[in-house]
Order: sequence, then structure tokens, then C-alpha cells
Amino acid sequence: MNKIILIIKREYLTRVKQKSFLIMSIVGPILMAALMIVPAWLAKMDTDKVYNIAVVDQTKRFSDTIVDTGYITNIRLKNQKPDEKKMFIRRLPDSKNYKFSFVDTLYKTKYINKFDSLNYDVLVFIPNNILSSQAIEMYSDKEITLATKLYITNKIEKELEKEKLKAYGIDKPISVSIKVLSNIIDEDGKLSESNSEITMVLSILSGILIYFFIFMYGSQVMRGVIEEKTSRIIEVIVSSVRPFELMMGKIIGIAMVGLTQFLLWIVLTFALVTVAQSSFMPSNSQIVAQQLKSTNIMDGSQAEQEKIDDEQINEDINNAFKIVSNINWLLILSAFLFYFIGGYLLYASLFAAVGAAVDSEADTQQFMLPITIPLILGMVMIQSIVQNPDGDLAFWFSIIPFTSPIIMMARLPFSVPDWQVYLSMGLLIVTFILTTKFAAKIYRVGILMYGKKVNYKELWKWLKY
Amino acid sequence: MYILEANNIVKKYANHLALNGVNLNVEKGSVYGLLGPNGAGKTSLIRIINQITAPDSGTVFFNGQKLNQKHIHKIGYLPEERGLYKKMKVGEQAIYLAQLKGLKEAEAKQKLKEWFTKFDILPWWDKKVEELSKGMQQKIQFIVTILHKPELLIFDEPFSGFDPINANLLKTEILSLKEQGATIIFSTHNMESVEELCDNITLINKSKNVLSGKLSDIKGQFKTNIYNFTFTGNVNVLDIAQHHQFKILDNKQVANTTKLRVELLDNNITTNQLIGELMKNGNIISFNEEIPSMNDIFIKVIEKKDVE
Repeated sequence: MNKIILIIKREYLTRVKQKSFLIMSIVGPILMAALMIVPAWLAKMDTDKVYNIAVVDQTKRFSDTIVDTGYITNIRLKNQKPDEKKMFIRRLPDSKNYKFSFVDTLYKTKYINKFDSLNYDVLVFIPNNILSSQAIEMYSDKEITLATKLYITNKIEKELEKEKLKAYGIDKPISVSIKVLSNIIDEDGKLSESNSEITMVLSILSGILIYFFIFMYGSQVMRGVIEEKTSRIIEVIVSSVRPFELMMGKIIGIAMVGLTQFLLWIVLTFALVTVAQSSFMPSNSQIVAQQLKSTNIMDGSQAEQEKIDDEQINEDINNAFKIVSNINWLLILSAFLFYFIGGYLLYASLFAAVGAAVDSEADTQQFMLPITIPLILGMVMIQSIVQNPDGDLAFWFSIIPFTSPIIMMARLPFSVPDWQVYLSMGLLIVTFILTTKFAAKIYRVGILMYGKKVNYKELWKWLKY
Repeated sequence: MYILEANNIVKKYANHLALNGVNLNVEKGSVYGLLGPNGAGKTSLIRIINQITAPDSGTVFFNGQKLNQKHIHKIGYLPEERGLYKKMKVGEQAIYLAQLKGLKEAEAKQKLKEWFTKFDILPWWDKKVEELSKGMQQKIQFIVTILHKPELLIFDEPFSGFDPINANLLKTEILSLKEQGATIIFSTHNMESVEELCDNITLINKSKNVLSGKLSDIKGQFKTNIYNFTFTGNVNVLDIAQHHQFKILDNKQVANTTKLRVELLDNNITTNQLIGELMKNGNIISFNEEIPSMNDIFIKVIEKKDVE
């Protein structure tokens, strides 16, 4: 046991000290942060287009109301004086880019059917039971942009948070997250569901990342084995430790390199995004200072209006960053860790066996093929899984252990029934135990075999030694 | 007392029988030569002793105990196919290998520094292995093999790749290890070094022992009973030829001397008697017995077996 720790330590340290590890640790987070920052940046750029949004509000909560400092009333007062600090406020206020029209709640279907002829970009339906369902519906003839969705959901969420606070009488913040069911209206007025962009991006990203991690670290195991064979150090080592210990030490050591890399990516990406966020947006103290300034110089109502506009621009940006906070990161990250480790263990032992069977990296091709096919298949499948995350194809590929790490990760951002996740995880564990046993047999014989042209028939013999 | 006993070892790879009932008895404190042509099964046997592979049947005893994992730390093995991690630093790597043999890090470091100084390679401690010459790498491999003071050392072709100076250094070290009480198994094709170093040998051919025993006994066994005499001036060869106890194989006149090569046919006659007989025929100025070299014995045994 002590020796396996020595091996793990060596495998880990030699790799972490390499320049390529450092480079990967820097480039990865930059790319990931860019994926989050660029949409925010684009949101800031895209300020000219004005969206006309029709709102069917069954709750009546979001249309015009009056707010003052002391109490909330539904009576609209005209000619109110600024010094009374009372004003009209809409829970879904117009902004530079979004103009809201509240339409009759009775005609939702009519509006959808005639969407073409009406001059709206989006129709938002806020149902009566929003507090319990926490979902709204959106209809459009085009994909609804992320910024639009986030602007609307953000306003509604804030309102619901206030409502809940009042209802429960709690003074600590309650976070509400509502779901958008978006529908695309085609030319004939027919509806089709469209999945959320965030979910899709996340789904594709996790699938690709798993593929990438398994492949990268799996082939590092293979290269490590080949290195030991070609440098002829293997016989010295196996005279001190058992071949199985050496193989597992290598596999675990490299897995830890992968996990370190992953952790660094998460931490650095988070840091980069935070830095970017604060440089895009004025800080809170700046906002306060600005507010103070505007209240002093301008009269009340004007100042309030300015403030609201400012806040809206900031919120647009902030919303884009909300991609990060809206997702169940704990689930995604822990699933990622599980499927990375599980998938990696399954493949790494096979990679080790291939490394042991050959004399140089050039000879690996014939054995690599059966290992890479399921991985690449999984990778290619992601696209269609995202379109139909609950289909038969998605189900089977997320259960079969050779593709499940990739496909299940791609499915997880959409909701997957628990039993399917457990089944997939269980099968993955069983399979990697089996492949490790199988690979260890080939490994044990292969590492001491030189100058022999190995084929599948030969490997079969080794299994029986 | 045997430090290592291997009884009736059989090892089969698919259709190839690598070892077929091989026995080995290595006396404690001796240098034991494990000889044989390529592919005879030497490496297979060594791997079994090192527990890299297990025999299909037969047992190995170490100090009277059945060979087990605990014995790994008592054996040092320098394989024929040897190398180091090229990208790793020399010192780090040597410490790692020593730790795998059960040494503590600090202890390993201190001992390594001593050996590195002795072998004149201390300045290379922080260099990468790929920057070292082959000779230096061999020195490091040797040091790592013996660092944990194993009771049994196994050297497989230790001199290959060494220049004569380093080969001598190695020989001296091997002999000094023997003096300190280590037992050494020594596998090589270099018969000169066998004669120089080994006390006992086993010759393996085609997966079987064909010859085992003390080097001096084996040499005795392969005695040719041929003697070389040098006489001053001329000798009456015809007179000598009348003896039926010995036979003249060769007769040469060189620079006013006569060189005779005589084979003794009767085992009951001692060398003294032989000399006495020949003295009557002239003035002997030199005499020696032709002792077969290990090289001759090796070739003779292998070829004989091959004919059979």
C-alpha cells in the first residue's frame, strides 16, 4: 500500500511540474471564462434593438401600480408631486430595449394564432399559479434571445421574492428561480418547444469536457506505460512492486492530475468571471454614490427614472452572468466528478493495457480503434441528444457504460429521472472493475514483452497466462 | 546453508516451455554464475526469483522460507534490459527507486550521496537522466540495485555497455559486496568474468540444468589430461612414444627447444610420475596442465547436448 502511494506521488508530481500542465491550467479557464463573458459583452453591445413584448398577466401583479415610501396601493394617482416621493412603477417596466404591452388575459390563444400579423417580438404568459409553478411561458416566431429571457425572468423573480418574503415574514433573502417554457410559433401558428440555450450550451459543454478529460488523461496513462517500457525501467520497478500496483498507481496518480486541473479550471474561471463582472459593472458603492449625486442635483422623479435606467443596463449585464447562478452547479459538478472518475477509470485501464501491448506509440493504432470508437460515438451523439434528451437513443447511450459518462453528462442539465442516473452510475462502477481486471492481465504480460508483433490473437493468449 | 533454493521449477508460456524442472542451490556468501545460451531460460528463472512472474510448478525458498513479498526488500536486481526515467532528475529518481525497495527518504538520500561521491557522479544529482552518458546511467542503476544492502544480488549481464575502466570498478564493488556477506547471482555470457568471480555455476540449456556445481569441481570434471612440456634441445620422441600410459599429441621444435603436448591415458598415474618418466628423456624447462576455460566447457556442453 505504501508503495502504491509512492507511485501515485511520482506520477502526480512529475506531471504537475510539466510546462504543459501550467499552460493548460491557464488556457482552459480563459476559454471557459470567455464563454461566459462574451455573451455579457455582446448584451452590452446589442443596445439598439427594441423588443415589443406582449404580456398576458393572469396575476395582474406586474401591470401598473403605484409605489410610495410608506405603503403600496393599487390606486393610480395623477399629478403627484415629486417631493411626495411617490411614483408610478411597473413591475415589468419599459426600458431602452424592452417595451411591454399588457394585453387581455382572455386572448392568449388568439394572440398566438395571429402572432404573425401582430407587431410583437415575444408574447409572455404569466399564469395565475406562478408562485407554485414557478414557470412562465414565452412565445415567439424566432429563438428568444438569452438577454430577453433573462431580463424578463429577473424582474419576475425579484417580484416573487418580495412576495414570498412578505408572505412568510422572514427577513433573510429568499431566492426564487423561475423556469421559462419557450415555444416557437411557426408560420402556420403551430407550436414547438425550444430548449433553453443555457441548458443546451451546458449540456454540450459538459459532454465535450468529459470526452476531452477521459481522452486526454487516458492517453497519458498509455504514454506513461510506453515510456516505462521503452526506457526499460519497467523490469526494475516490477522487481519492487507488483505490476497491478504499478498500473493502479499510475492510473490514480494521473486521475489526480486531472482533478487538480479541473479544480484549477473551476477556481480560475470563477476568479476571471468575477474580475470581468466587476470591470463591466460599476461596483455597489459607485451606484450608491451616483444615486446620491442624482438625488441631490435633480428633482426626485427625474432622479428616480435615471436611476432605474442605469440599473437596467447594469442588470442586462448582470443577467448574462446569471447563467452561472441559475444552474444546479452542485449536481452538475458532482456528476461531472463522478463520471470523469468512473469513465476515466474504465478507459484508463484499457489505455494502460494498450500501452503495455506495444513497443512504441506508433504501434498503438490497431488497439486504439476499439477504445476510441465508443468515445467518439458518444461525442458525435451529443448533438442529437441535446435535441431530444429523453429519447430512446439518449436513454440507452446514457446507460451503456462505454458512452454513459459523455451522454449522461450531456443529459443531466435537462432533468433526468433519478433511477436512470443511479442505474447508469452503478453499471459504470461494475464495468470499470471488470475492465480493470481484464486490462491488468494484459498489462502484466505485456510490460515484459519486447520485440514481438502483437495482435488480438496474442492478447487473447495473454489473458489466459 | 543455502540462501536460495529453487526446486523443480516449471514455467510455460503458451506453447513454449521456458523452464523445465530447473533446480538451483545458491550457497550463502558465494558468487553464483547462471550461465546458458540466449533463450535458455535464464531470464525466466531470474524473474521468478524476483517474483515478477510466478512459476507454474515448483517452489523457491529464500533463507529456508517459501519466497514471498517480504523478500523483495532483501533482493537487489539489475536486469539486462535496464533503464531510467529519462525526464526525471537523477537524484529524485534514485530516491524514488530506493524508496520502492523500502528505504526511508532521508536514509536513501544520505546513502545515495555517499555512493554518488564514491562513483564521481555527485555533480549530476540535479541533472535530468537524458543528459547523462550511458556509463553514468549504468552507475546509477548499479547504485540503486545495491543501496538497500540486499542479502541477495542478481546481476543480469552487468558488464554490457560498460567501458573497461567502469567494468573493473564494478567487479571490485561486486567482490567487496561478497566480502561484506552478500550472495551474488551473476548471469552472463562473459566467461572470463565467470572464471574471475564465480564460486559455483549452473549451466542452463533448452530450459533444463545441464551442469551445476563448484567451478573448480566442474573444471576438474572437464579435465583434458593434456600436459605441455618444453625441453631444451632435441628429445628422443620415439622413445617416449613407446609408453602406453600416455600419448604424444604434438611435437614442435621452436628456437632450440622441443615442445611436446602429451595426453595422459592412465588415470592412475600422477603428474609427478609423468614428469619423472619424461625427465629421463631430456631437460624439462617448463611444464603445465591444459585446464579447459569456462568458454571451452560452455561450448563443449552446449554442442554435445545439441548433438544429442
